[in-house]
Amino acid sequence: MKYETQKIAYAYFAVAMALFAIQVIGGLLAGLIYVFPNFLSELLPFNIVRMLHTNSLIVWLLLGFFGAAYFLIPEESEREIHSPTLAYLQLIILVVGTLGVVVTYVFNLFEGNWLLGKEGREFLEQPKWVKAGIVVAALMFLYNVSMTVLKGKKTAITNILLLGLWGLALLFLFAFYNPGNLSLDKQYWWYVVHLWVEGVWELIMASILAYLMLKLTGVDREIVEKWLYVIVAAALFSGILGTGHHYYWIGTPAYWQWIGSIFSSLEVIPFFAMMAFAFVMVWKGRRDHPNKAALLWSLGCATLAFFGAGVWGFLHTLHGVNYYTHGTQITAAHGHLAFYGAYVCLNLAIFSYAMPILKNRDPYNQVLNMGSFWLMTSGMVFMTFVLTFGGTVQTHMQRVVGDYFMDVQDQIAIFYWMRLGSGVVVVLGALLFIYSIWVPRKEVIESGAAETPAE
Amino acid sequence: MNDSSLIDELPGELLMWVLIISELLVFGAGLIAFMGVRLTDPTGFAEAQSHLYRTGAAFNTAVLVTSGYLAAQALHWRRTNFRLKARLALLCAAALGIVFLIIKGVEYTGKAAQGITYETHPFFLFYYLLTGFHAAHVLAGVAVLLLITWRDDPNNIEAGAQFWHMVDLVWIMLFPVIYLLG
Repeated sequence: MKYETQKIAYAYFAVAMALFAIQVIGGLLAGLIYVFPNFLSELLPFNIVRMLHTNSLIVWLLLGFFGAAYFLIPEESEREIHSPTLAYLQLIILVVGTLGVVVTYVFNLFEGNWLLGKEGREFLEQPKWVKAGIVVAALMFLYNVSMTVLKGKKTAITNILLLGLWGLALLFLFAFYNPGNLSLDKQYWWYVVHLWVEGVWELIMASILAYLMLKLTGVDREIVEKWLYVIVAAALFSGILGTGHHYYWIGTPAYWQWIGSIFSSLEVIPFFAMMAFAFVMVWKGRRDHPNKAALLWSLGCATLAFFGAGVWGFLHTLHGVNYYTHGTQITAAHGHLAFYGAYVCLNLAIFSYAMPILKNRDPYNQVLNMGSFWLMTSGMVFMTFVLTFGGTVQTHMQRVVGDYFMDVQDQIAIFYWMRLGSGVVVVLGALLFIYSIWVPRKEVIESGAAETPAE
Repeated sequence: MNDSSLIDELPGELLMWVLIISELLVFGAGLIAFMGVRLTDPTGFAEAQSHLYRTGAAFNTAVLVTSGYLAAQALHWRRTNFRLKARLALLCAAALGIVFLIIKGVEYTGKAAQGITYETHPFFLFYYLLTGFHAAHVLAGVAVLLLITWRDDPNNIEAGAQFWHMVDLVWIMLFPVIYLLG
């Protein structure tokens, strides 16, 4: 650790991992409800469990991004973070907001209250005071990292990272706009939900991945930067108008069907480029970095993001296909592998890289951590296949033959059982990851590997 | 291992090539979709096409190609130190871009007067989408041409001319497929 304030990341990563555990356990609960529909139906209904599963995912990913920014910006801009106090205060606001959300959802407190009650909009259902808190925290964060970068060295990695983080915060402002017209509501709602994960988050992903490649493979910065700019250009070119693929059936004009189909098909390109980038860097790289776990997660991230977000996204993005598959388990299959590949793996990669450094245990090759990668990934890939097959059967029975929704659900129960099984494997993998980061103190390091100089 | 690649031999900015390829993919996909939907209703498409203002579009093709020629010459002149001549050529290229937009505007107003919208027929949905997107690029291209007239570094002119040729090329693909194909 070259800079004292990189330590801020430690607190962010710790909270992120705690929420990660809650998120996957929430997922397991939801998977259980699919096979025992009345399980906890009074205490913790499915809609609440699902909200917790998706919201805690988003919050821990964001905390991971913030932590990653606090970790890599001092090294890139070669100076300490502007204000560590502000950074910790930001974390406290986010934690209080998150707890407030959980309590409000679970007990449905202050129902109907404009400030304190939940808003009932999928993914953006946070009470208004929490949304305001998120904006305050985001402003503190942006001020803090922007000041650091402005006063220090500017690199392509920090420029792209800041562009992504500014976009993330500004786009969240659409969460405050809630028009009465349901079509308009959805149209603006996607400005947050889509332009985050298929827009600015990709910039954050590309810059963090570029940082990891720079550190782990020792490839020249110039080469990394050239790739980074191409990836970012491709992501924004396809992703912004790619929003159209959410506008097929919400009451927006028909031209969105073609705009959405064409642009979102091109969204595969940046993900393919990121995968190509990661592997080409490893092949070209001369450094044999001892942290094999971080490299495994980085390569896994790029590969699984290409399949989950790219291939599985393309699978149902054309409006002619989506007319049949919309909202079936095909969507769930895509959602799971895309989020896991692109953003979960990315966070786990930066955790795997940064935590040994933050805990002064570097160099470190983390065998248990690598085991957790294979456990979690095989569970998630199996879940994706199961949901894809289940979704195909569902699409045919429900949308082509025209059977009733609940009759079809009974018919595809076998797939839900297999999904529950794969979910158990994912949860075990996640818990093993957290264990491997925090508990073991000794590690087998191959001799010689430690002598490779770091950048 | 040889670190240099074909990418390094590309003239001009790499990112401009990324943009050009992306644009060609989008318009190419749009044209393929147009041809695909056309197969489902050839007579309807032929009938709809007969409402188009072909003379104007043909004239516009000449306008755009001439403008592209001027942009290419501007780069040549700038590199051989005829700076003023280069700037005038770029200004004329931008002016021709505006001529294109005026003719396009007349065409659109004519369609609107006949009550033709993007909902009239799938043909017109593609017509408005493809030519509309293209017109937006012409507008952007005019802005780019004016920008490089002002900041006339040869590298800037090269990048701007690359963009303008792409806009040209796209029109040359759109014109026969949308306006002429019988």
